Amino acid sequence: MPLTESTGMKLNFRVVIFALAIIFGVVFSVPSLLQMKEGAKVNLGLDLQGGLHMLLGVKTEEAVNSKIKSIASSIKHFSEKNDILFEEIGIDDDTVSITLLDEDDIPHIQEFFNEIEGIAIQQNGLKFSIALTPENVILTQKQAIDQAIEVIRNRLDQFGLAEPTVARQGAEKILVQLPGIKSQDDEKRARELISRAAKLDLMAVDEERAARVDKMSDAEAAKYGDLILPDNAHPGIKYLVNEIPILDGSMLTNAQVGFDQNNRPVINFTLNSEGAQIFGDFTGKSVGKRLAIVLDGKVYSAPNINERIGGGSGQISGNYSVAEAQDLAIALRSGAILAPIYVMEKRSVGPSLGADSIEASMMALIGGFVLVIVFMIVYYRRAGIIANIALIANLFIILAVMALFGATLTLPGMAGIVLTVGMAVDANVIISERIRELLYQGVSIHKAIEQGYDNAMRAILDANITTLIAAVVLYAYGTGAIKGFAITISIGILASMLTAILGTHGIYQMLESRIAKDKDVKRWFGIKEAT
Amino acid sequence: MEFFKYTRTFNFMGSSKIAMVLSVVMVLASLALLLTKGLNYGVDFAGGTIVQVKYVGDAPIDTMRAKLKTTSLFHDATITEFGSPDEVIIRLKTSSKSVSNDIGDQAREVLQGTGDFEIRRVDMVGPKVGNELKEKGIMSMVLAIAGILIYVAFRFEWRFAVASVIALVHDVTIALGMISLFSIDVNLDVLAALLTILGYSLNDTIIVFDRIREGITDSKSTVLGEVINESVTKTLSRTTLTSLTTFFVVLTLFMFGGEIIHAFAFTMLVGVVVGTYSSIFVASPVLMLFGFDIKRYRKRLAEKAKLAAEKEKMRAQYEQGTV
Repeated sequence: MPLTESTGMKLNFRVVIFALAIIFGVVFSVPSLLQMKEGAKVNLGLDLQGGLHMLLGVKTEEAVNSKIKSIASSIKHFSEKNDILFEEIGIDDDTVSITLLDEDDIPHIQEFFNEIEGIAIQQNGLKFSIALTPENVILTQKQAIDQAIEVIRNRLDQFGLAEPTVARQGAEKILVQLPGIKSQDDEKRARELISRAAKLDLMAVDEERAARVDKMSDAEAAKYGDLILPDNAHPGIKYLVNEIPILDGSMLTNAQVGFDQNNRPVINFTLNSEGAQIFGDFTGKSVGKRLAIVLDGKVYSAPNINERIGGGSGQISGNYSVAEAQDLAIALRSGAILAPIYVMEKRSVGPSLGADSIEASMMALIGGFVLVIVFMIVYYRRAGIIANIALIANLFIILAVMALFGATLTLPGMAGIVLTVGMAVDANVIISERIRELLYQGVSIHKAIEQGYDNAMRAILDANITTLIAAVVLYAYGTGAIKGFAITISIGILASMLTAILGTHGIYQMLESRIAKDKDVKRWFGIKEAT
Repeated sequence: MEFFKYTRTFNFMGSSKIAMVLSVVMVLASLALLLTKGLNYGVDFAGGTIVQVKYVGDAPIDTMRAKLKTTSLFHDATITEFGSPDEVIIRLKTSSKSVSNDIGDQAREVLQGTGDFEIRRVDMVGPKVGNELKEKGIMSMVLAIAGILIYVAFRFEWRFAVASVIALVHDVTIALGMISLFSIDVNLDVLAALLTILGYSLNDTIIVFDRIREGITDSKSTVLGEVINESVTKTLSRTTLTSLTTFFVVLTLFMFGGEIIHAFAFTMLVGVVVGTYSSIFVASPVLMLFGFDIKRYRKRLAEKAKLAAEKEKMRAQYEQGTV
């Protein structure tokens, strides 16, 4: 090739790979650097762009309890529908017990029990005790978590935030990440939406004893199989309702915000066919009594039943704003969270703090970077420039690899990059020192370069691998932001092998004949003429 | 520039006794600090809540304190300035489980009327997660050291591995001592810094050990102390250079990186200094202490080479069918 001959430069495989790596680095880091809409980009962590990170726990025991309750509801409904007479039905310690009055009904109800999966039945004369099997308990707990994840994800998707993350962490924790929340109010609204159980129950008011509700204790109410629930708007007002609901929100097919005659927001809901059937049956035989619409343990309204209500639709009215009604409708639509969730860990960063952090770490990065670059040039002259080319290439490659893997850049991650700058030059310092040493001994340029790399290689490799071991452990055991640190350090180390070792070696090989012709080792390696 | 060119061999091992005393004193002092004053665990490990509040203008800390005192939740909260007078951190030992109404919301309510402020950060860690993070943190430290021990033993020799791990423990202990001395909040980022120190200090130690390994086979001298002196001197310019660049980089991080990265940068700063010192004055003398016998090592190497050569010869003969 005429070009290489005239300049005295020889292409070699190292320099070609290095050039390709630089092209790769630049091309794939451009979308992140210019904040382009298209292309793979580095994600900013919540600590840099602001947002909410929560680790949620699930009270799975309540899911088991709620399952037992719904089994009790269906047994009750079945018995009443088929005229099976029973003395009492109640729930105690996750066990439903029902005592029949007529022996002839036993086969009938047993047939019904057989249709329910995952229950263990104990019979004692006319009394049946029904509990979940241990396997079913475990299954229910698992489902409660799955369901909570599903529901939270649904709700957040409808809430309209960009890229919410809802994922299982470990066996029973849920990780929720909401980047880009603008204000504390928005954050609170999102949290309220997530936390809302949105458990809708339609319950029968116990009209026989309702008048005495104010004097009744919870224990006394329980004796009659009743519950005392407060009114939503006026907590002083109490309702006595049957503890086993007529039906619950699982039979809901839709919930929409509407307006009542006074133009106040209400929520209209529709039941599925099974729910509509149960609802129709119940209202048909309870004319003149009240129906309590209960949401999350509070009575929103308790209208009188004037006639049988077919069609399976209803309305929840309360004193809420349009936004609240919308969130409630979202929550109802995406289903109830059967097991309550609670916060185990929460981290929220306001967007302004994130911006400050970016600014501060960029300052540190640029400051550190400039310092190292200037130092290398002053100390090693052209060898320093070559090392700096590797250093800059290294930064691009880190960014490109992170963008391609969709990795997240966190504040500790930024620190990791700053640190990588310091450590990546180490390889070149070691190499340059080895080359200088050989030049002092008076060997040829060619031999000094080749042997210098040879001698330095073992130490660099060992040193990098041990740092990598620490980084991998950090990644495996770290959480959130710390993982980001481990990622940038690891990528940085691997990239430095490519740039600082292979890349600079290639450049030296390419320039070797020129350096040899030049004979000016001061200009190239920053040392006095070899003697 | 050849600012750090060292032409004569320094007698490092000769002064290793002084270094040893200094190291032992430092480690003991650190341990004493850790046992008496202890570490100041932040919310990540101890559990609890911090709320970072930024005011327009200086934060009215006294008014804030008075207001918070009146509530049961914030009764024993501490308020400290964070980086600048307009920013403060409220620390609480408690955490709340409620998703919808958390301590940040309540802080905002309580502080209403103290001025124009913005709650910029709420970190809340429940006790269970805190303990988990602590266990994981200790586990990661142990695993990292074990991994490094195995790798170095495999690449060098067991004495090298033990010496490097002693240097590591030395570094981490002193770093922890400094963290205790300056009452730095120990959070996840400090753990990350400690693990990075492990990596960094080891980096340094290995570069020196690599030279010693080279010297053991190639040096004119067969006295371990002399070989170590030669090797440490040969790597001295590199050690100074890299330590300086890393030190300056971490220093910029410490000075300009912002308050949040402060604890991390501080720990790293201590680590860089101690790590550099330990690779010269701890790891190498410990290696001496173990009494590595160069002559025997070379003899073994020679025997190994002879054995390999014989094997090769046998194989060659076998392939030619002469056996």
